[in-house]
Amino acid sequence: MPILIGGARLLGERTADLLLDGERIVEVGSITAGRDTTVVDADGLVALPGLVDLHVHLREPGREDAETVGSGVLAAAAGGFTAVLAMANTTPVTDTAEAADHLYDLGRSYHHCDVQPVGAVTKGLAGAELAELGLMARSRAKVRVFSDDGYCVSDARLMRRALEYVKTFGGVISQHAQEPRLAGADACAHESELSGRLGLPGWPGIAEESIVARDVMLARHTGSRVHIAHVSTAGSVEVIRWAKAQGVDVTAEVTPHHLLLTHDLLASYDPVWKVNPPLRPEEDVRALREALADGTIDAVATDHAPHAPHDKDHAFVDASPGMVGLETALGVVGEVMVHSGLFDWAGVARVMSVNPARIARLDGHGQPLAAGSPANITLVDPSATWMVHRDKSHSLSRNNPWHGRELTGRVVATYHRGVCTARDGRALVPETAGGSW
Amino acid sequence: MNRHLLSSADLTRDDVETILATAEQMHDVQKRDVKKIPTLRGRTIINLFFEDSTRTRSSFEIAGKWMSADTINITGKGSSTSKGESLRDTVRTIDAMSVDALVIRHPASGACQQVAQWVDASVINAGDGTHEHPTQALLDAYALRNRIGDLDGRHVAIVGDLTHSRVFRSNVITLGRLGAHVTVVAPPTLMPSGIADWAKTDGFATSWDLDEILEGGATHGPVDAVMMLRVQRERMSGGYFPTPREYTVTYGLTRDRMRRLTGTNPDVVVLHPGPMNRGLEIAADVADSPNSVVLDQVSAGVAVRMAVLYHLLSGEA
Amino acid sequence: MAVAQPARTDTHGREVLTSGDISRALRRIAHEILERNKGADDLVLLGIPSRGVPLARRLVAVMAEVEGVDVPVGSLDVTMHRDDLRHQPVRALARTDIPAGGIDDKVVVLVDDVLFHGRTIRAALEALAELGRPRTVRLAILVDRGHRELPIRADHVGKNLPTSSAERVSVRLAEVDGEDAVTIEGGDR
Repeated sequence: MPILIGGARLLGERTADLLLDGERIVEVGSITAGRDTTVVDADGLVALPGLVDLHVHLREPGREDAETVGSGVLAAAAGGFTAVLAMANTTPVTDTAEAADHLYDLGRSYHHCDVQPVGAVTKGLAGAELAELGLMARSRAKVRVFSDDGYCVSDARLMRRALEYVKTFGGVISQHAQEPRLAGADACAHESELSGRLGLPGWPGIAEESIVARDVMLARHTGSRVHIAHVSTAGSVEVIRWAKAQGVDVTAEVTPHHLLLTHDLLASYDPVWKVNPPLRPEEDVRALREALADGTIDAVATDHAPHAPHDKDHAFVDASPGMVGLETALGVVGEVMVHSGLFDWAGVARVMSVNPARIARLDGHGQPLAAGSPANITLVDPSATWMVHRDKSHSLSRNNPWHGRELTGRVVATYHRGVCTARDGRALVPETAGGSW
Repeated sequence: MNRHLLSSADLTRDDVETILATAEQMHDVQKRDVKKIPTLRGRTIINLFFEDSTRTRSSFEIAGKWMSADTINITGKGSSTSKGESLRDTVRTIDAMSVDALVIRHPASGACQQVAQWVDASVINAGDGTHEHPTQALLDAYALRNRIGDLDGRHVAIVGDLTHSRVFRSNVITLGRLGAHVTVVAPPTLMPSGIADWAKTDGFATSWDLDEILEGGATHGPVDAVMMLRVQRERMSGGYFPTPREYTVTYGLTRDRMRRLTGTNPDVVVLHPGPMNRGLEIAADVADSPNSVVLDQVSAGVAVRMAVLYHLLSGEA
Repeated sequence: MAVAQPARTDTHGREVLTSGDISRALRRIAHEILERNKGADDLVLLGIPSRGVPLARRLVAVMAEVEGVDVPVGSLDVTMHRDDLRHQPVRALARTDIPAGGIDDKVVVLVDDVLFHGRTIRAALEALAELGRPRTVRLAILVDRGHRELPIRADHVGKNLPTSSAERVSVRLAEVDGEDAVTIEGGDR
């Protein structure tokens, strides 16, 4: 049955109606609803191409107590996403074509959003030998993005080989930049006077920047493209800006939390603030916002990292790092970037849909809202303010740093291939795989 | 005083003075034949130690028992790496037995602060990671005052691995509360990040040159007391310092340095929180010299902990 | 005959013992103690902080004047033995100073300003028991206001003062308060 989305501001600019039929947008303009057409009144709402998240952890297989593909896609849909890239650090690791296909098929069994598996760069994420990158690229899952996320590909020679190898199929390495000799496994707080006072092992910005600098030079040397995951420091931004000016094919993402939260929150030692890379000071947050606005950083990616309570309820150094973020990303970006005037909804479309789709080579996503495009659409109420409650979530996990905070900008409806997958923050589904209300 | 002792910063100058005065009375109990007072009878104190420490644990245990409390030692297990019970579950299980106080030592900084959010019992920090050790600072102040009296305007040097020392952090605060001037001495690799700004904000001085400080020319003038911190040999392999020998020559309280120090100030006091690496950060005969109050520190430990338990637990809940 | 001082009322309540009354009472008690003990042998006076301490010192001064003896005097803080600690905010401790000769096999006379419910003295007996084993323990009190809750009685009393529980007996001593007086406030009916 066709759907007519009436009166939305496309990308926050011109107002037009959108007619969806089957899996496509068939008409854009001033449209009269035919018989049998469902009409959705989108007056006052902004229409964006369906959001794409380059970086989520769905925890399945291995930690289904924290999240499953089933619960993850519901959270994604509620957050306005029509495609998510699922990181490889599961148990077992996604380092073979079989594992990639298993995850791909699992994602397809749910209809809420496209789950695109990310392949590991090295076998078992051990950082020693390349995983079967080519076979993963040829699998049903058509893996294009590879990452050892959780760990840094720190061996320079291995990173060089990986960058060269993925050129054959247009792949890209997404690097978790953390030089292990400068920020080890214990490191958990931005190295500063505060970490000194709190007695928390420091994670200096240089541990990220030195890898970013190395990898953009490697990318230049090998003529490959490289992607930097969760950029967190002003220094990294400087390097990326310089590299882009040099014509290096580098892209970068930033998380919503690094756009707003600062390291002084760690004074309470509450593990909800523990994340990798860590929260940084105000200067870094400002630099990241500017970089997102001027295009130095191409995309927002949530790094949605659900954790069971027994993995978080430990002393800060012992707790697992990570925050959930699928259902709040749009609100945070709206609050931080649009509400503050740093950019507009077209900018949001760029960093949360168009660019991520391009980086991940997902053709069906990030397309213009035009006739013929796949019907992946996110409707946003740009001025709605809402209070985040960690229990009101489709995710199985509650490690939510936004709990109790008010955000501006809310996903009102998500359309995936022409089907409405979520309305007003709730995924539409007969029975939910997780999360209760 | 509120019902927890998590950080030396929790105590005002008045609080510190009160505790030290109480400790003096408690010290008298130690000298008696029958070392028992009924004040905390019926209170249950759990010593929950996630990190080995015979000295501190037995000190707290004796303190509790002499106050007639029921003290029980529990060895806490594991971090998330053992994937066992979470810290929260561990402490809430114990708290559910309606205990009055948890004396906690944990290898992770901030652990006591977190635990205090999760339980009804009073929480006493017996050392959390590299963060704080409030009762140590109190007993150091007690032992020092007993030797040289009022600490207002006195100059105390703290020397050693500051980065990994909770004793340094707590002492800087408590000595500061009592009006003492503090200079911390360490090589740059063993100073915590941001130490320059930190020192400026909190009003203490820093130096890389032990000899300059002991000579009395720099920062706050002649030193009245030197506190040597333990240096762990593992730090050598972490690249913090080349060799033990180099450490001793540049930052150790050697016999030679001690001689020069007592030359200018025969009453200088030497402290060490223990356990000592004789020959590494402190020469053996310096540790045993008449200027050393190391054993007084231990003896003070019980009295000070009795005083802390008294002030936190004897009154209405 | 001393000129009667005008009785003071107003915000300090009714004066029941003047400074003259107090010094006379103390002289009498000092004599009684020596009489009862047949001298000063083995006597030790321990004042209970805070006002018991200056009272004990005054008694010892009188004894020195009267018999030329130097009776050991000290203080006994009973805070840690109180039975009501849990029901109040934490109390600061006062000093316990036992004279050099100790209390073993001595005649210990506890000295306090007011005897009321008797619980302070019970705590004092407990505190004493932990310090040694006196041959005898006696109690000298400036004011006994009745309303005992425990079987405790004083051996030497300055003044018996029937009161209602609602009234407040206030002892002021020069060493602590700048003047000597005992007053009763409040109550009525």
